Amino acid sequence: MTANRRAFIKKSVTLSAYSIIATSGLLSLSEAQAKLLPDTPSTHSLQQTLQRLFKDQDIIASDKIDIQLPKIAVNGAAVSITVSSTLKDVESIAILVEKNPTPLAAKFELPPHLDPFVSTRLKIAESSVVLVIVETSEGFYSAAEKVIVTLGGC
Amino acid sequence: MPQKKSSLLWAVASIRMSSIKIRTKRKDGKTQIRMLIAHPMEHGRNRDAKTNALIPAHFIQELTVKLNKNVMINGKIGANISKDPFFAFMLRGGNVGDKITISWLDNLGNKDTRIHVVK
Repeated sequence: MTANRRAFIKKSVTLSAYSIIATSGLLSLSEAQAKLLPDTPSTHSLQQTLQRLFKDQDIIASDKIDIQLPKIAVNGAAVSITVSSTLKDVESIAILVEKNPTPLAAKFELPPHLDPFVSTRLKIAESSVVLVIVETSEGFYSAAEKVIVTLGGC
Repeated sequence: MPQKKSSLLWAVASIRMSSIKIRTKRKDGKTQIRMLIAHPMEHGRNRDAKTNALIPAHFIQELTVKLNKNVMINGKIGANISKDPFFAFMLRGGNVGDKITISWLDNLGNKDTRIHVVK
Protein backbone atom coordinates (compact mmCIF):
# COMPACT_ATOMS: atom_id res chain seq x y z
CA MET A 1 0.00 0.00 0.00
CA THR A 2 2.81 2.35 0.91
CA ALA A 3 4.46 1.80 -2.45
CA ASN A 4 1.21 2.47 -4.22
CA ARG A 5 0.69 5.70 -2.34
CA ARG A 6 4.25 6.81 -3.08
CA ALA A 7 3.75 6.11 -6.77
CA PHE A 8 0.50 8.05 -6.76
CA ILE A 9 2.09 11.08 -5.09
CA LYS A 10 5.04 10.96 -7.42
CA LYS A 11 2.81 10.82 -10.48
CA SER A 12 0.54 13.60 -9.33
CA VAL A 13 3.49 15.87 -8.52
CA THR A 14 5.12 15.40 -11.92
CA LEU A 15 1.80 15.84 -13.68
CA SER A 16 1.02 19.08 -11.90
CA ALA A 17 4.52 20.38 -12.51
CA TYR A 18 4.19 19.62 -16.19
CA SER A 19 0.82 21.33 -16.42
CA ILE A 20 2.18 24.41 -14.67
CA ILE A 21 5.03 24.60 -17.17
CA ALA A 22 2.68 24.04 -20.09
CA THR A 23 0.16 26.66 -18.99
CA SER A 24 2.77 29.28 -18.10
CA GLY A 25 3.95 29.12 -21.67
CA LEU A 26 7.54 28.16 -20.84
CA LEU A 27 7.36 25.11 -23.04
CA SER A 28 5.76 26.81 -26.01
CA LEU A 29 8.27 29.65 -25.75
CA SER A 30 11.28 27.33 -26.02
CA GLU A 31 9.61 25.56 -28.93
CA ALA A 32 9.03 28.86 -30.66
CA GLN A 33 12.66 29.82 -30.12
CA ALA A 34 13.87 26.58 -31.61
CA LYS A 35 11.76 27.12 -34.68
CA LEU A 36 12.76 30.71 -35.27
CA LEU A 37 16.44 30.65 -34.35
CA PRO A 38 17.74 30.04 -37.90
CA ASP A 39 16.66 33.61 -38.64
CA THR A 40 19.17 35.09 -36.20
CA PRO A 41 21.87 37.18 -37.85
CA SER A 42 24.85 35.39 -39.23
CA THR A 43 28.02 37.35 -39.61
CA HIS A 44 28.28 38.69 -43.12
CA SER A 45 30.92 41.07 -44.25
CA LEU A 46 29.89 44.31 -45.91
CA GLN A 47 30.74 42.98 -49.37
CA GLN A 48 28.63 39.88 -48.90
CA THR A 49 25.72 41.94 -47.64
CA LEU A 50 25.95 44.30 -50.59
CA GLN A 51 26.11 41.34 -52.94
CA ARG A 52 23.06 39.78 -51.34
CA LEU A 53 21.04 43.00 -51.29
CA PHE A 54 21.91 44.60 -54.60
CA LYS A 55 23.34 41.73 -56.68
CA ASP A 56 25.65 43.18 -59.31
CA GLN A 57 23.96 46.57 -59.58
CA ASP A 58 26.18 49.59 -60.07
CA ILE A 59 26.12 51.83 -57.04
CA ILE A 60 27.05 55.41 -57.84
CA ALA A 61 28.35 57.80 -55.19
CA SER A 62 26.05 60.81 -54.99
CA ASP A 63 26.17 64.16 -53.22
CA LYS A 64 22.38 64.38 -53.22
CA ILE A 65 22.13 62.21 -50.14
CA ASP A 66 22.49 64.00 -46.84
CA ILE A 67 23.55 62.01 -43.78
CA GLN A 68 23.38 63.69 -40.42
CA LEU A 69 25.56 61.76 -38.02
CA PRO A 70 27.73 62.91 -35.13
CA LYS A 71 31.45 62.90 -36.02
CA ILE A 72 32.30 61.54 -32.59
CA ALA A 73 29.84 59.31 -30.78
CA VAL A 74 30.48 58.93 -27.06
CA ASN A 75 28.09 56.02 -26.72
CA GLY A 76 27.97 53.55 -29.59
CA ALA A 77 24.79 51.93 -28.25
CA ALA A 78 22.59 54.71 -29.63
CA VAL A 79 23.90 56.93 -32.40
CA SER A 80 21.29 59.16 -34.02
CA ILE A 81 21.27 59.16 -37.79
CA THR A 82 19.07 61.19 -40.13
CA VAL A 83 19.10 60.47 -43.84
CA SER A 84 17.44 62.73 -46.35
CA SER A 85 17.83 63.04 -50.08
CA THR A 86 16.98 65.31 -52.96
CA LEU A 87 17.01 62.43 -55.45
CA LYS A 88 13.80 61.82 -57.36
CA ASP A 89 11.62 58.71 -57.28
CA VAL A 90 13.24 57.16 -54.25
CA GLU A 91 12.10 53.59 -53.73
CA SER A 92 14.12 52.43 -50.76
CA ILE A 93 16.75 53.56 -48.29
CA ALA A 94 19.23 51.13 -46.75
CA ILE A 95 21.56 51.95 -43.85
CA LEU A 96 24.70 49.85 -43.34
CA VAL A 97 27.46 50.02 -40.72
CA GLU A 98 30.71 48.72 -42.20
CA LYS A 99 32.47 47.32 -39.13
CA ASN A 100 29.45 45.79 -37.40
CA PRO A 101 29.27 41.97 -37.51
CA THR A 102 25.98 42.27 -39.40
CA PRO A 103 26.36 45.44 -41.48
CA LEU A 104 22.74 45.94 -42.51
CA ALA A 105 20.92 48.04 -39.92
CA ALA A 106 17.70 48.73 -41.74
CA LYS A 107 16.14 48.92 -45.16
CA PHE A 108 12.95 50.87 -45.72
CA GLU A 109 10.78 50.67 -48.79
CA LEU A 110 9.25 54.09 -49.25
CA PRO A 111 6.31 54.95 -51.51
CA PRO A 112 6.25 58.10 -53.67
CA HIS A 113 4.04 60.07 -51.29
CA LEU A 114 6.68 59.88 -48.60
CA ASP A 115 9.64 62.24 -48.42
CA PRO A 116 13.01 60.49 -48.75
CA PHE A 117 13.64 61.01 -45.08
CA VAL A 118 14.48 58.48 -42.37
CA SER A 119 15.67 59.06 -38.86
CA THR A 120 16.67 56.37 -36.38
CA ARG A 121 19.25 55.33 -33.81
CA LEU A 122 22.04 52.85 -34.53
CA LYS A 123 24.27 50.55 -32.55
CA ILE A 124 27.86 50.94 -33.73
CA ALA A 125 30.46 48.52 -32.39
CA GLU A 126 33.59 50.50 -33.27
CA SER A 127 34.67 53.52 -35.30
CA SER A 128 33.32 52.82 -38.73
CA VAL A 129 31.93 54.11 -41.97
CA VAL A 130 28.15 54.34 -42.19
CA LEU A 131 26.96 53.68 -45.69
CA VAL A 132 23.59 54.75 -47.03
CA ILE A 133 22.30 53.28 -50.26
CA VAL A 134 19.30 54.89 -51.91
CA GLU A 135 17.41 53.01 -54.58
CA THR A 136 15.62 55.13 -57.16
CA SER A 137 13.79 54.14 -60.32
CA GLU A 138 16.95 55.06 -62.25
CA GLY A 139 19.53 53.21 -60.20
CA PHE A 140 21.40 52.96 -56.95
CA TYR A 141 23.16 55.85 -55.24
CA SER A 142 25.32 55.80 -52.15
CA ALA A 143 26.80 58.14 -49.61
CA ALA A 144 29.10 57.42 -46.70
CA GLU A 145 29.94 59.17 -43.47
CA LYS A 146 32.59 58.29 -40.92
CA VAL A 147 31.86 58.10 -37.23
CA ILE A 148 34.35 57.75 -34.39
CA VAL A 149 33.02 55.75 -31.49
CA THR A 150 34.74 56.24 -28.15
CA LEU A 151 32.73 53.62 -26.27
CA GLY A 152 31.67 50.70 -28.43
CA GLY A 153 28.07 49.81 -27.98
CA CYS A 154 26.51 46.57 -29.00
CA MET B 1 17.50 30.62 -16.31
CA PRO B 2 17.41 34.40 -16.19
CA GLN B 3 17.04 34.99 -19.93
CA LYS B 4 14.04 32.77 -20.29
CA LYS B 5 12.39 34.35 -17.29
CA SER B 6 13.08 37.88 -18.49
CA SER B 7 11.83 37.20 -22.01
CA LEU B 8 8.70 35.60 -20.57
CA LEU B 9 8.13 38.59 -18.32
CA TRP B 10 8.73 40.83 -21.26
CA ALA B 11 6.19 38.92 -23.36
CA VAL B 12 3.60 39.20 -20.59
CA ALA B 13 4.28 42.93 -20.22
CA SER B 14 3.95 43.51 -23.93
CA ILE B 15 0.55 41.83 -24.00
CA ARG B 16 -0.74 44.03 -21.19
CA MET B 17 0.31 47.36 -22.66
CA SER B 18 1.29 48.57 -26.05
CA SER B 19 4.99 48.77 -26.75
CA ILE B 20 4.59 51.51 -29.35
CA LYS B 21 4.37 55.25 -28.86
CA ILE B 22 3.43 57.34 -31.88
CA ARG B 23 3.62 61.09 -32.34
CA THR B 24 2.70 63.06 -35.44
CA LYS B 25 3.31 66.68 -36.21
CA ARG B 26 1.82 68.56 -39.16
CA LYS B 27 3.92 71.34 -40.56
CA ASP B 28 4.11 73.08 -43.96
CA GLY B 29 1.84 70.52 -45.63
CA LYS B 30 3.92 67.64 -44.36
CA THR B 31 3.35 65.23 -41.52
CA GLN B 32 6.24 63.95 -39.48
CA ILE B 33 5.64 60.53 -37.98
CA ARG B 34 7.79 59.58 -35.03
CA MET B 35 7.64 56.30 -33.19
CA LEU B 36 9.31 54.81 -30.16
CA ILE B 37 9.09 51.06 -29.60
CA ALA B 38 9.96 49.34 -26.34
CA HIS B 39 12.08 46.35 -27.33
CA PRO B 40 15.33 44.81 -26.00
CA MET B 41 16.89 44.48 -29.52
CA GLU B 42 19.39 41.81 -28.50
CA HIS B 43 21.58 40.66 -31.38
CA GLY B 44 22.67 37.39 -29.77
CA ARG B 45 26.34 38.21 -29.16
CA ASN B 46 25.99 39.89 -25.78
CA ARG B 47 26.69 37.93 -22.65
CA ASP B 48 24.86 38.04 -19.36
CA ALA B 49 27.03 39.96 -16.87
CA LYS B 50 26.43 37.45 -14.04
CA THR B 51 26.27 34.03 -15.68
CA ASN B 52 28.40 34.83 -18.76
CA ALA B 53 25.86 32.96 -20.87
CA LEU B 54 24.97 34.27 -24.32
CA ILE B 55 21.78 36.30 -24.37
CA PRO B 56 19.62 34.88 -27.17
CA ALA B 57 18.96 37.12 -30.16
CA HIS B 58 15.71 39.01 -29.81
CA PHE B 59 15.15 41.85 -32.21
CA ILE B 60 12.52 43.40 -34.44
CA GLN B 61 12.72 42.16 -38.01
CA GLU B 62 9.81 43.84 -39.69
CA LEU B 63 8.21 47.22 -39.26
CA THR B 64 5.08 48.17 -41.15
CA VAL B 65 3.48 51.59 -41.27
CA LYS B 66 0.02 51.86 -42.76
CA LEU B 67 -1.87 54.99 -43.72
CA ASN B 68 -5.64 54.36 -43.72
CA LYS B 69 -5.29 50.63 -44.45
CA ASN B 70 -2.72 51.11 -47.23
CA VAL B 71 0.76 49.86 -46.48
CA MET B 72 3.03 52.88 -46.61
CA ILE B 73 6.41 51.79 -45.29
CA ASN B 74 7.87 48.31 -45.27
CA GLY B 75 11.00 48.12 -43.17
CA LYS B 76 13.46 45.28 -42.75
CA ILE B 77 15.18 45.88 -39.45
CA GLY B 78 18.39 44.30 -38.24
CA ALA B 79 19.79 43.94 -34.76
CA ASN B 80 22.03 46.98 -35.38
CA ILE B 81 19.23 49.31 -34.39
CA SER B 82 19.61 50.46 -30.82
CA LYS B 83 17.57 49.20 -27.88
CA ASP B 84 14.07 50.73 -27.70
CA PRO B 85 14.24 51.76 -31.34
CA PHE B 86 13.17 55.15 -32.60
CA PHE B 87 12.10 55.86 -36.18
CA ALA B 88 10.93 58.99 -37.92
CA PHE B 89 9.43 59.41 -41.37
CA MET B 90 8.08 62.36 -43.31
CA LEU B 91 4.76 62.09 -45.09
CA ARG B 92 3.79 64.49 -47.87
CA GLY B 93 0.32 65.73 -47.10
CA GLY B 94 -1.58 63.97 -44.36
CA ASN B 95 -4.89 65.22 -43.04
CA VAL B 96 -6.53 65.49 -39.67
CA GLY B 97 -8.24 62.20 -38.93
CA ASP B 98 -5.84 60.06 -40.97
CA LYS B 99 -5.26 56.73 -39.30
CA ILE B 100 -1.65 55.62 -38.95
CA THR B 101 -1.14 51.99 -37.98
CA ILE B 102 2.27 50.82 -36.90
CA SER B 103 3.08 47.18 -36.33
CA TRP B 104 6.25 45.20 -35.73
CA LEU B 105 7.26 41.55 -35.78
CA ASP B 106 10.37 40.18 -34.06
CA ASN B 107 12.49 37.08 -34.58
CA LEU B 108 10.69 35.20 -31.79
CA GLY B 109 7.32 35.73 -33.44
CA ASN B 110 6.13 38.42 -31.02
CA LYS B 111 4.23 41.28 -32.55
CA ASP B 112 2.40 44.44 -31.63
CA THR B 113 0.22 46.99 -33.37
CA ARG B 114 -0.93 50.47 -32.51
CA ILE B 115 -3.25 52.90 -34.27
CA HIS B 116 -2.77 56.65 -34.09
CA VAL B 117 -5.10 59.31 -35.45
CA VAL B 118 -3.49 62.46 -36.86
CA LYS B 119 -4.69 65.56 -35.03
